[in-house]
Amino acid sequence: MGKYVAKRVLTSILTIWLVATITFLLMFLVPGGPFLAEKAPSAATLEALNKRFGLDQPKIVQYKNYMLNLLQGEMGESIKQRGRMVQDIIFSGFKVSARLGGIAILVAVCIGVPIGCIAAFNRGKWLDSLILFFSTLGIAVPGFVVSTVLMVIFSVKLDLLPTYGLTSFAHYIMPVSALAFYPTAYISRLMRSSMLEVLGQDYIRTARAKGLPQFKMIFKHALRNAILPVVTYLGPLLAYTLTGSVVVEKIFTIPGLGNEFISSIINRDYTMIMGTTIFLATLLIIMNMLVDIAYKIIDPRIKFK
Amino acid sequence: MSELLLNIQNERLSFFTPAGEVKALNDVTIQMKEGDVLGIVGESGSGKSVTAYSIMQLLPHTGRVVGGTIEFNGHKINEMSEKEMQAIRGNEVSIIFQDPMTSLNPVYTIGNQIREVIMLHTKKNRKEANERAIELLTLVGINEPAKRLKQYPHELSGGMRQRVMIAIALACEPKLLIADEPTTALDVTIQAQILELMMELKDKIGMSIIMITHDLGIVANMCQKIAVMYAGKIVEYGTVDDIFYNPQHEYTKGLLRSIPKLNDTEHKKLVPIEGTPVDLLNPPKGCPFAPRCNSCMKICLNKMPEYTEVNEGHISACWLLQKKEFEQGGK
Repeated sequence: MGKYVAKRVLTSILTIWLVATITFLLMFLVPGGPFLAEKAPSAATLEALNKRFGLDQPKIVQYKNYMLNLLQGEMGESIKQRGRMVQDIIFSGFKVSARLGGIAILVAVCIGVPIGCIAAFNRGKWLDSLILFFSTLGIAVPGFVVSTVLMVIFSVKLDLLPTYGLTSFAHYIMPVSALAFYPTAYISRLMRSSMLEVLGQDYIRTARAKGLPQFKMIFKHALRNAILPVVTYLGPLLAYTLTGSVVVEKIFTIPGLGNEFISSIINRDYTMIMGTTIFLATLLIIMNMLVDIAYKIIDPRIKFK
Repeated sequence: MSELLLNIQNERLSFFTPAGEVKALNDVTIQMKEGDVLGIVGESGSGKSVTAYSIMQLLPHTGRVVGGTIEFNGHKINEMSEKEMQAIRGNEVSIIFQDPMTSLNPVYTIGNQIREVIMLHTKKNRKEANERAIELLTLVGINEPAKRLKQYPHELSGGMRQRVMIAIALACEPKLLIADEPTTALDVTIQAQILELMMELKDKIGMSIIMITHDLGIVANMCQKIAVMYAGKIVEYGTVDDIFYNPQHEYTKGLLRSIPKLNDTEHKKLVPIEGTPVDLLNPPKGCPFAPRCNSCMKICLNKMPEYTEVNEGHISACWLLQKKEFEQGGK
């Protein structure tokens, strides 16, 4: 186990380095730069700015400097958001997005898993069709539509929920619903199909033959085997949801991390682009590693190599 | 008549599928006393397993008993609720399945899966259940039982897993053990060991066994009575000697012709039973075996034969027997 984790950490570092290098190269292939605006700065100003952020040096030197700083945990200063360090911007945004996203995933799992199971137990009956209808809807309807519809109903028409910010429980309801909509639907589909497969397995018949009551058969014998695909899906889902959604954050005016991904690219905020990409890559790798470990705990047949 | 452990009278069972009603069992009658070993033989789809599963109500919900009665150990099985059945399953009647590789839950230890059934049906606590589990594993011939309890199914071989399945089945000392082709998935040497073990345990515990198989060799060694099934019907029923040395039904004769004999000096060709089993969605009105039967008569295609008693306890449903009886009776 310890050896396995050590190996995984090493390969992860290699992956992150590759991600950083490729991003660095691609970034400079994109035309434009951080200081280009409608009102172009004078040549002298531009030169001063480039010097200030080290952009006047050859690319290879810039790369070397960036990597050396990164090794010390420094992601540099944001070029556009003057005076703020990249890691501080990411951290403060992540705090907000992660709380929101974490609640959304909790909701998605707590609703998606049971309704997937219910659909499987009622296969082919009206309840299954009803769940199928809603989960198809959940997968097909994009987040901005969900957010807008929720807003129209609960804020404009009924005047029950606030439309922006994250200061109270009521503030969380709509953004969490919008974020959880798709994963709930997806998890319920995954759960339904894997539960159906597991229910047809011989060991479920054995459990019945032992005289086990239905709930014990389902919760002890079926669920643990059927949950594996959901766990797999949860890894990347966590990474993407915890880092925030641009759409939901824009619509509900939430100061999360999701916005930064897009705005850093639009602004050619080089240090922010590097920072957000490396952060997302690292989070993805960590989540996938956690999923693999969870897998081993759930299913003893899986071996670490 | 002494007390019957199992009394199935004219059981009819159908599966209600989108394609229609599949008549899986047609008037099956089986009686067993305590300590009996009954073999049920027949080809795939003849209703062997369905008969056995219906005793435990283990069939999928599309399968329903549409006629007849099943009585087991004083319980009227076909009038019992799912909840009442749960108290019987694994306790008074238990079952061993065909494939030990898939019959154990891969994510729980052997110990967990044995303890589970003990703690469900007895008042034993975890520690006592564990002791009982060790006792059971020793009984079924597994070495180092304490260590095995902590292992997962994938760490054991097929033969070992079937022994564990037997241990689970025997945990509550059932009155009846149903063995649904328990050795089909095992290799030959392990087969012999498992069968021997079952016979040994039968005497120790004093239970009855229903042995479902298509291997006539197994029933010849193990069983006292044999029921030959075809298309959801028992076509011949008798002792091992009756069936092997005095088969009456053409299907039984066909089955016996299709197994090789080691003591034949010359190379005889095996004779297969030609044709395919009947479609139980549209069963014929006559004898279901008639289309494949070499001695088929006109009446066989139109009317189902009644049982004829060949000698005491040996019955067969074939028009040829009725004909013979009629001719003898006529003299």
